[in-house]
Amino acid sequence: MMQPVDRQKNVQRTIRQSVLIVLGMCCFVVALIPLYDLFCEVTGLNGKTGGPYTYDPANTRPDTTRLVKVNFLTNTNAGLSWKFWPELGGVRVHPGELKEVNFFVKNTTDRVMMAQAIPSLVPVAATQYFHKTECFCFNQQVLQPGEELAMPMRFVVDRDLPKNVQSINLSYALFDITEAMGDVAVTGG
Amino acid sequence: MSEVIHADHHDDHDHGPEKGLARWLFTTNHKDIGTLYLWFSFLMLLTGGVMALVIRTELFQPGLQFVAPEFFNQMTTNHGLIMVFGAIMPAFVGLANWLVPMQVGAPDMALPRMNNLSFWILPFAFGMMISTLFMEGGGPNFGWTFYAPLSTTYAPDSVTFFIFAVHMMGASSIMGSINIIATILNMRAPGMTLMKMPLFVWTWLITAYLLLAVMPVLAGAVTMMLFDIHFNTSFFNAAGGGDPVMFQHIFWFFGHPEVYIMILPAFGIVSHIIPAFSRKALFGYDSMVYAVASIAFLSFIVWAHHMFTVGMPLAGQLFFMYATMLIAIPTGVKVFNWTATMWKGSMSFETPMLFAVAFVVLFTIGGFSGLMLAITPADYQYHDTYFVVAHFHYVLVPGALFSIIAAVYFWFPKWTGKMYNETMGKAHFWLSFIGVNVTFFPQHFSGLAGMPRRIPDYALQFADFNMLSSIGAFIFGFSQLVFLYVIIHGIRKGTPAAGRAWEGARGLEWTLPSPAPYHSFTHPPVVTDEEAHA
Repeated sequence: MMQPVDRQKNVQRTIRQSVLIVLGMCCFVVALIPLYDLFCEVTGLNGKTGGPYTYDPANTRPDTTRLVKVNFLTNTNAGLSWKFWPELGGVRVHPGELKEVNFFVKNTTDRVMMAQAIPSLVPVAATQYFHKTECFCFNQQVLQPGEELAMPMRFVVDRDLPKNVQSINLSYALFDITEAMGDVAVTGG
Repeated sequence: MSEVIHADHHDDHDHGPEKGLARWLFTTNHKDIGTLYLWFSFLMLLTGGVMALVIRTELFQPGLQFVAPEFFNQMTTNHGLIMVFGAIMPAFVGLANWLVPMQVGAPDMALPRMNNLSFWILPFAFGMMISTLFMEGGGPNFGWTFYAPLSTTYAPDSVTFFIFAVHMMGASSIMGSINIIATILNMRAPGMTLMKMPLFVWTWLITAYLLLAVMPVLAGAVTMMLFDIHFNTSFFNAAGGGDPVMFQHIFWFFGHPEVYIMILPAFGIVSHIIPAFSRKALFGYDSMVYAVASIAFLSFIVWAHHMFTVGMPLAGQLFFMYATMLIAIPTGVKVFNWTATMWKGSMSFETPMLFAVAFVVLFTIGGFSGLMLAITPADYQYHDTYFVVAHFHYVLVPGALFSIIAAVYFWFPKWTGKMYNETMGKAHFWLSFIGVNVTFFPQHFSGLAGMPRRIPDYALQFADFNMLSSIGAFIFGFSQLVFLYVIIHGIRKGTPAAGRAWEGARGLEWTLPSPAPYHSFTHPPVVTDEEAHA
């Protein structure tokens, strides 16, 4: 029969192992957040387009044999009564060609407000091949009451875009972040 | 802990329980704590049941008659949370407390004081959660899955109480699991090797590891919600660079193992009852153990089948579809083993056996509707409809709950030393059986026809099925009062039960007298082949 002292030691060892599992899973959850972002960035699975891209015209020749339709969609998230619209519903571009499209935004309220546009792109397989050299979504917009703003977005579709992708839909959702950023951000720019 | 260790030395003068309330508040006895867990979960069953009846009353006819939609949402949310975390899980922990030490030949749980703590956290956790229903703005109303941003940006103020209640339940579950693991791994009588352990012990060992693995994930999810709500972080807030879809991934990474936490101990219970009333040894003991282990492993890699419609690449959808279907194989092994155990057995149908056989049949129906839901293209049609409601109620009510009721009837003579009234028990079974099927079977049809879940009102075409469902719900709900009556009547006026109350019952607990003495197996028993796994 097992001696009581041995048993006590064994129980303590089991507790240590169990607590290690719990702590390990806690670390796993914390690690999951950056891992999720990294996973989405690499695969483009959540349709979020990447940050500023450096376009080098010397090394990039437009592929004139192909035309890709890029459609633009805009919407304001619940509770934000701004107007938000693109200059064009869509454009046809050659892969490798730099294109500029204007987006317009108007603060229809009588308050100073701050907004942030979040991009989403389908098909997700095209996410990594859609590069933006300049985009209003890279920073926040602060608008005075009644102010209207034209915001350029310059992009280039990668020459390596898979052949089966013939059209890309780029959607922007505009979120009201006045409250989240606080008054300091709004007044101090 | 030293209490247990020294128990060996002073067990000759058998001291019984303390008197009065102190016995229950300060008890470290596994049988007392098991009893507390079981009564608590029964109270929660009735609470969650009343909420279900509020839902079914509102849905009795189309239109809004009985409650406001806001309150209806609180009822669906709290019904789910209370049944999952308050009724099913604590009931299984209660059964583990009562049975695991007796089945492995141990004097008590390995950590008796922590055992007391892990129970007494629960009434406070649920007290806090239920109290939110009476707060300004109401209680949780975002569904038991509390998807962000519904549970963050758009949640009632009381959501913070809900978050802390979930933290407390998680702490209780983790402590309970550590206790069960420590008991099973270290407290077994000599000769009780791992592959001789009764299946209830095996299933609980695996369940306890699942709990250790996923409860921290749930705690992480609600903590991120807490930060998003109060500290301006944006884990799940798209405007700040977060992603609401990440919430669903984290939640279901917890959620899918969680649903197996609620069914694996049930598999164990049924694997005791069916052999006892078939008067045959369990068919395929080893394959049962491996099947449970496989199901537990698979539960970690299928979570996204809950969220096919959220948008996923084809490869992902195919992976989660096939991985999900793979679970049918070990589950099929178990169902075939139970059937093979009954095959050519000398069967009798006392109440525990009736519930166990109903479990096998009805759980299998729930399993098949689960397979239908696993088919990705079909899931786009079934998603968020009453078909899903029918599916998970079939695996949780005549699945998990029936197994718990079967266990209560089966071990009742061992716990109380009395035999319950068999006629009343059978009446309880037939009322429950009919009630459950009348409630949930029609929901398959309304779901396939497109009735969405979590709505207080519905299109006229669903009226008949809903009326039927509501009638069944009231039959099922009130038949649980028969259960309460059978239990109380059995405790008060039951006929004395023998040590081996059922002739076919095998296992160390049946070598003890009935009722089991307050302190049992203070000297380790001899494990014979016959009393090792039933």
